[in-house]
Amino acid sequence: MKATKYVITGQDSDVLPSDIALKIYELGRDINVKETCFGVIIDGEEEDIEATVEDIRAMDESNIFIKDRGFPPGDPRRCRGHRGGGARPGFYMMQYESEILPLISRGPASEARGEEAPPKAESVKRPGLAELEEMIKEEFS
Amino acid sequence: MVKVMVYPPTSMILSDLVERTGHEALVVSKEVRKKVNTAGLDSPPLNMTPEDPKKGLKYAAVDVPSGVRGRMSLLGPMIEEADAAIIIMNDRCTLGCTGCARTNELTRFLLRTKRIPILELDYPADELSARRFVHKIREFLEGLN
Repeated sequence: MKATKYVITGQDSDVLPSDIALKIYELGRDINVKETCFGVIIDGEEEDIEATVEDIRAMDESNIFIKDRGFPPGDPRRCRGHRGGGARPGFYMMQYESEILPLISRGPASEARGEEAPPKAESVKRPGLAELEEMIKEEFS
Repeated sequence: MVKVMVYPPTSMILSDLVERTGHEALVVSKEVRKKVNTAGLDSPPLNMTPEDPKKGLKYAAVDVPSGVRGRMSLLGPMIEEADAAIIIMNDRCTLGCTGCARTNELTRFLLRTKRIPILELDYPADELSARRFVHKIREFLEGLN
């Protein structure tokens, strides 16, 4: 079965979408590539796509994120030219997650360096009733 | 390899982290792909037909709106296949196919009652919590093996 995937580069990545597209062309597999501002969309047979995904991830393990897509690139049911413009469904979710990608990328990067996970943050304790009364008396005295 | 359902089921971050550890992420786009590649359906925007709310009757009663039942026709099979789940609790950007709060509640409820290993966490807001986030997910997924 044909599969389509988004390859999204994080903001901290040194790998450009054009670099990814060139890499895919070099691999010589029967894959359609559509370059976008945030990465590439790749479409082809599932086995070719799975193999290509491993090669692309190796370019920058921490800053490249890969997501499945239901529709192939250019499908008229999603094409903005056919549907009168505007963002495609799923844009806002990707935009939201792309904003926190630089933070998420630090996780795999620190694990690759062998660093341990930071300790759990102490939870903020709510003041009890007696403490709150003391605070009010101090403030208004 | 274990099938892990991610919530929100359109999350790029969760599906990528799951696939990196060699498991299969159950996401809405894979269900959509099955519909897109199935010959013979009409082509409204998502290949949803009047049959889909009827399939959703398995998960929600007939008086529940068709939006919930239609969404459950996509999400229900994913929940049934799931061997584990990762749920984000502060999912602020749920729109479109994940835009129905009742469907999202039903999805989380069905996952919890399924008695499968579940990891619940929040999207991180700073670097330290992001590193903990990735570490927890990795530990959870490696524990599934």
